[in-house]
Amino acid sequence: MEQSTSHTFKENAHRAIDDDNLRVSLQTMKTGFRAKRSAAVAKLPEFEALRDEGKRLKDHVLANLDFYLEAFEAKVLEQGGHVHWCSTAEDARQAVLAICRDHGARTVTKGKSMIAEELGLNAFLEREGVTPIETDLGEYIIQLRNEPPSHIVAPALHVRKEAVADAFRATHTHLAPDRDLTEPRQLLDEARSELRDKFLAADIGITGANALIAETGSTIIVTNEGNGDLTQLLPKVHVVIASLEKVVPTLEDATTILRLLARSATGQEFSSYTTFSTGPRRPEDTDGPEEFHVILLDNGRTKMLGSEFEEMLRCIRCGACMNHCPVYGAVGGHAYGWVYPGPMGSVLTPALIGIENSAPLPNASTLCGRCESVCPMKIPLPRMLRDWREREFAAKLTPDRQRWGLQAWAFAATRPALYRLGTRLAARLMALAGGRRGRLSKLPMAAAWTQSRDMPTPRGDTFMELYRRHKVAMGQAANGKKG
Amino acid sequence: MTQKIQSSPHVGLFVTCLVDFYRPSVGFAALDLLERAGCRVSVPDEQTCCGQPAWNSGDRATTRRMAERLIAQYEGFDYIVLPSASCAGMVKDYPDVFAGDDAWLARARAVSDKTWELTSFLTDVMAFEGIEAAYEGVAAYHDSCTGLRKFKIREQPRALLSKVAGLEVRNLSEPEECCGFGGTFCVKFGDISSRMVGDKADDIMGTGADTLLAGEVGCLLNMAGRLKRVGSPIKVRHVAEVLAGMTADAPPIGDGPDSGKEG
Repeated sequence: MEQSTSHTFKENAHRAIDDDNLRVSLQTMKTGFRAKRSAAVAKLPEFEALRDEGKRLKDHVLANLDFYLEAFEAKVLEQGGHVHWCSTAEDARQAVLAICRDHGARTVTKGKSMIAEELGLNAFLEREGVTPIETDLGEYIIQLRNEPPSHIVAPALHVRKEAVADAFRATHTHLAPDRDLTEPRQLLDEARSELRDKFLAADIGITGANALIAETGSTIIVTNEGNGDLTQLLPKVHVVIASLEKVVPTLEDATTILRLLARSATGQEFSSYTTFSTGPRRPEDTDGPEEFHVILLDNGRTKMLGSEFEEMLRCIRCGACMNHCPVYGAVGGHAYGWVYPGPMGSVLTPALIGIENSAPLPNASTLCGRCESVCPMKIPLPRMLRDWREREFAAKLTPDRQRWGLQAWAFAATRPALYRLGTRLAARLMALAGGRRGRLSKLPMAAAWTQSRDMPTPRGDTFMELYRRHKVAMGQAANGKKG
Repeated sequence: MTQKIQSSPHVGLFVTCLVDFYRPSVGFAALDLLERAGCRVSVPDEQTCCGQPAWNSGDRATTRRMAERLIAQYEGFDYIVLPSASCAGMVKDYPDVFAGDDAWLARARAVSDKTWELTSFLTDVMAFEGIEAAYEGVAAYHDSCTGLRKFKIREQPRALLSKVAGLEVRNLSEPEECCGFGGTFCVKFGDISSRMVGDKADDIMGTGADTLLAGEVGCLLNMAGRLKRVGSPIKVRHVAEVLAGMTADAPPIGDGPDSGKEG
């Protein structure tokens, strides 16, 4: 499994916030993705109904997952394909490697796949002497830079175009020093010419899947660059790696997902390419792979079924939650420390790598709820972030200081007389410290607040104290009138 | 949303711990607005905290202790009103706190069902039209996250503010973006919270407003703290203070009698 630094989220975030280039990239991402999604949603009056349909569809699949997976498998086999059931990441890596060994594969081309990231597939294949080549432009860039994606849809969104040119110059050593690489188009042309030969030379093509269709045994990928088609059509073997919750009953159902996916992800009505793969090449086909394999990965997902996190398995990986998340927008994807960033990552990562290895993630949220409001599958992300906090509290993973603080607070707050005394004293002390400015620039124990903000101070009397006096005064006034 | 107006409903006002401690003027403004809207208002004197800090920290047992107290204190009222969507949202979640405990669940549901945020209650339940306040200025309005998404509160405070003589209300360019308060989040993740409130303060200052209004004291303390740190003269207030015409009763949040005279 990919190494995780999720447990040091705070430190990761601190470094990310100091990165001015990242800040510019994230700002561009926010304005672009949000405006495009919002425009696409506004143009589709039935978008809300489509969300309900998507939710209903996935809930039905999750309640009958075994049935649809077996139906999918039967169809794949019927068409001459192979299905590999893998309960762990290691099982899946070994299954991919065995296919590589069977064909004496030296290079594999890859379409964009988050499951491949979950498997740490590139590093694994390299260790085994197989060279993986990413063919999605963003994935290609980060492969050259030897870093993981920072977003599930736009893997290189943290890389500014100047840094892309630097990465190309460092690795494409044939490049003339005066070759102009200042414009995105020039960068694209350079990547394209570099990749063309690799497509032709690859022994195996590996892609992910946006959906698996039980009715037909097909897998679907959606791309905007066409790289996925070349990856899966040119080599002799096509390997699809997918997690098992990607299955849907019918072609019709898949279109429901795709209509939601493109609008929520990039604001497109449909992505440029939607490619269906159904078994290996048939005699009458003009092209296609000779072998077709589907790696079905569990890796902890079936344990989520029936738990408070089951609804997370409705996720279709559109990235809308992170595009609209103020925390992701401040720190970017790498700070989250594992494969999946943003709100969906903060719910999914603890389920897949253990809450003890990712304890800060569910806490790194204001629970503002914007993720849930844009999620095409209506996943209750804030509720599940809170549920993880509850599991952490029960497992004593919550920091001691916070636990004691809560207990002290609760002790006072359930004893009104003590609480009134404490708040009156504290309010007076703070009022005194705030003086005639009405605020403090520094406050011991609250450095996290005062690093960037003043602390407004109360005026001295609590509401309950003032209200008690107010009632006494009103009572005297009323009595006075009577008398 | 508008419900049938009950004549003179008995309202239990829960001022919230932040109003009690930091901003008593909001409690008095809420009291005044509710009474002028025709409610009989009581302020139970055993009230402390709704339990939200514990709930959002994953401490169900402590939340339950807080919730049991609030339910017992408030279940006799026709309505429970809070000058905070965040705390009202906690009370709305009480049925989740008592999931599996049928006796308490029924009481939690009953209380949850009659709990309202102040501006929404005045508008949607009381159809209150009697705002008589005046405020000379231009206010940027910050929609709190819980208000916006859990209670769909956007138009209600603006409708009430439209009756305030002399006041112009402007929207932020990113009205759905969280200010970065988030309860304990702001101290647990100080760096991230600082970036968020920094961006929010820039947005507020960009509107050209001289006043910032919101219905949530937590957000207001956060945004006021940032605005004051960067030397902004923007006056920060809870919307209820302006609606009740009680702005003379307390200086703006983060300002004192000497604010502006630094040193």
